[in-house]
Amino acid sequence: MYRIINKRDLTDITKLFEVDAPLVARRAQAGHFVMVRVAECGERIPITIADYDREAGTVTIVVQEAGKTSAWINALEEGDEFVDFVGPLGQVAPMADSGHVVLLGGGFGVAPIHPVARDLKEKGVEVTSIIGARSEDLLIFEDEMARVSDRVLVATDDGSKGTHGFVTDVLDAMIEDGESIDEVIAIGPMPMMEATAKVTRPHGITTWVSMDPIMVDGTGMCGVCRLTVGGEMKFGCVDGPFFDGHQVDFEEAHKRVKMYESEERIAYERYQNNEKVCQRGGGCDG
Amino acid sequence: MADRKDDRWVKTPIAQQPVEARIKNFNEVALGYSDDDMKREAARCLKCKNPKCEEGCPVNVPIREFIEHLQNDDVEAAVHSILSTNSLPAICGRVCPQEEQCELVCVLSKRGDPVGIGRLERYVADYGIENNIGMETVGESKSHKVAVVGSGPAGLTAAGDLARMGYQVTVFEALHVPGGVLMYGIPEFRLPKDLVQREIANLEAMGVEIRPNVVVGATLTIDDLFEEGYAAVFVGSGAGLPKFVGIPGENLLGVYSANEFLTRINLMKAYQFPECDTPVKIGRSVAVIGAGNTAMDSARTALRSGAEEVHIVYRRSDQEMTARIEEYEHAIAEGIQFHWLTNPIEFLGDEDGWLRGMRCVQMELGEPDASGRARPVPIEGSEFEMDVDTVVLALGTNPNPLVPRYTPGLETESWGGIITEEETGHTKREGVFAGGDVVTGAATVILAMGAGKQAATAIDEYIQKKYGSK
Repeated sequence: MYRIINKRDLTDITKLFEVDAPLVARRAQAGHFVMVRVAECGERIPITIADYDREAGTVTIVVQEAGKTSAWINALEEGDEFVDFVGPLGQVAPMADSGHVVLLGGGFGVAPIHPVARDLKEKGVEVTSIIGARSEDLLIFEDEMARVSDRVLVATDDGSKGTHGFVTDVLDAMIEDGESIDEVIAIGPMPMMEATAKVTRPHGITTWVSMDPIMVDGTGMCGVCRLTVGGEMKFGCVDGPFFDGHQVDFEEAHKRVKMYESEERIAYERYQNNEKVCQRGGGCDG
Repeated sequence: MADRKDDRWVKTPIAQQPVEARIKNFNEVALGYSDDDMKREAARCLKCKNPKCEEGCPVNVPIREFIEHLQNDDVEAAVHSILSTNSLPAICGRVCPQEEQCELVCVLSKRGDPVGIGRLERYVADYGIENNIGMETVGESKSHKVAVVGSGPAGLTAAGDLARMGYQVTVFEALHVPGGVLMYGIPEFRLPKDLVQREIANLEAMGVEIRPNVVVGATLTIDDLFEEGYAAVFVGSGAGLPKFVGIPGENLLGVYSANEFLTRINLMKAYQFPECDTPVKIGRSVAVIGAGNTAMDSARTALRSGAEEVHIVYRRSDQEMTARIEEYEHAIAEGIQFHWLTNPIEFLGDEDGWLRGMRCVQMELGEPDASGRARPVPIEGSEFEMDVDTVVLALGTNPNPLVPRYTPGLETESWGGIITEEETGHTKREGVFAGGDVVTGAATVILAMGAGKQAATAIDEYIQKKYGSK
């Protein structure tokens, strides 16, 4: 069991959890993810790590409510435990050695971009972070990002903070202004990552996106996370999560994540209506 | 073969759930022998002086001895007899292909049916579980620690044997429950999960420590294990990497690997959605591609999950099918439709990316290929469309690449199998042994168990030689 040591409300629907998982913390690096299960009847879901503390033996994740499992996780309190917390899985984030890297974090995707920024900064890379959300009250990690970036730019969809628009609009403006950018890394909702790749493609700027396909085991066993990248089949779990954004078949990836949309709705409604919600460690027959 | 039920040449039949009932549930199909069935079947054994059956068993079960105990009505002694070499008899009694092993060489099979060794083993194992008869360690307790990577048939067998010799054994499992393919792959109706956990609990009672949620290669490396003081490591991480066909439409919604399909249902209990959270989507008409045991398991699972029709599509003929005949017969009885010499060439989708059909071509058999089986060749102009909305690809699996990828010095074949010394399972890396599907590619439970057993002996010899016998 993996105990929650610390819980912090980042927004009404976004929570941060520091979880006791020494083995995961020991090898965790920026870009890695964990497979998490809330209870015996829960599903296994991938969550990209937001931070780790090797000495304390803890791993930090940030979860935004979007369905049953994320709502259930966010209802957990300090002292509660995850039944499973497996990792670190996947490949480490691409790390440039020099130059100017622009990081884009959208929504709760700002959390996992944070350790990427920190590691790049430590290597002496110039880091510009563009972070965004639908509105100011959903914006997270602004101070944290400021500490590990040379510059932080903010965009909100409704204009309540920073640029009125998307993070990609800010990126586009930077490019138009003739700023020299060596590499772009984007973590966030799939449309935002696709838009990022679209903005950088004409300029030939290397762009990494962190794909978040459906997973079951997270170790390369089932293949549900398969993506087409540069015309080849790749597994999000073991080959990713980072892929060349200009090579990813986003159209296919969009369709594949919708496979269980109707089931996800049923599960979420049942959860909200408190209907036959699985109990921790219990069976599912009753 | 004679057909009279009491004939001494006929194997005592095993009770089964009737077809109409079983296709609507996930309960076990074969119900096992009654006491009388057991006695009748045990009495058929001739107690050969030189029992050929035992040579046919990859884990050396003392078959003659255990059946003799049954003839003497001493089931408990029979349990101990089997447990002396086999840690997982309830599993073996259900999923071993006895017809290719012990029963193949039974002398009775020269004139009639062989002794139902598998069914008797199952009876004995179930008696042992019901009466809490566990394994006993025979070796003196040793100070050396051995790590086992993967808790499937190979790993559990190696762990059982090493624990019996007195070693301190820790088994590392990537998933949240131990059992590997016995849990995620083989369906409940063929191998009840409760039994798998009971046999694993027997190993734990002998001192084997099981650590789930540890992905060796990610959470820990083999080098970490040596640093933590393990004297040797056995890698039995299986063949978990699914093969895809590489034809258009493979990524359409509704196309599953058998691993995904079976894992959702067996391990994650998707058939209980929405009480359990993991869903699975099964359409009206399901096609399973392939004709091995996994294909039969997938087809019969789809049927039980509500598919109206289930097809098995195979590019070769029934003669080349690799499934056990028993599984094939069960599938036929349950109404699975077989399409031999048929190969999918394209999966067809709608605009939202959902599978709506499959384009196939008829095949004919040509000259033998590398596998020694007749090579299927497409017949020109024979293309046709099948109306299916779910496809399960049961084309086999390759060895799991995680451990070799992150273990310096571990060499692999081009297809991913870890290279080992045949007799011992010793890899190119000192102190690291491997066996089962990660070495051979996808094979059977019992062959993996045989490899685990062989490696356990080799590990004991290696440790004794290197560190002395304490």
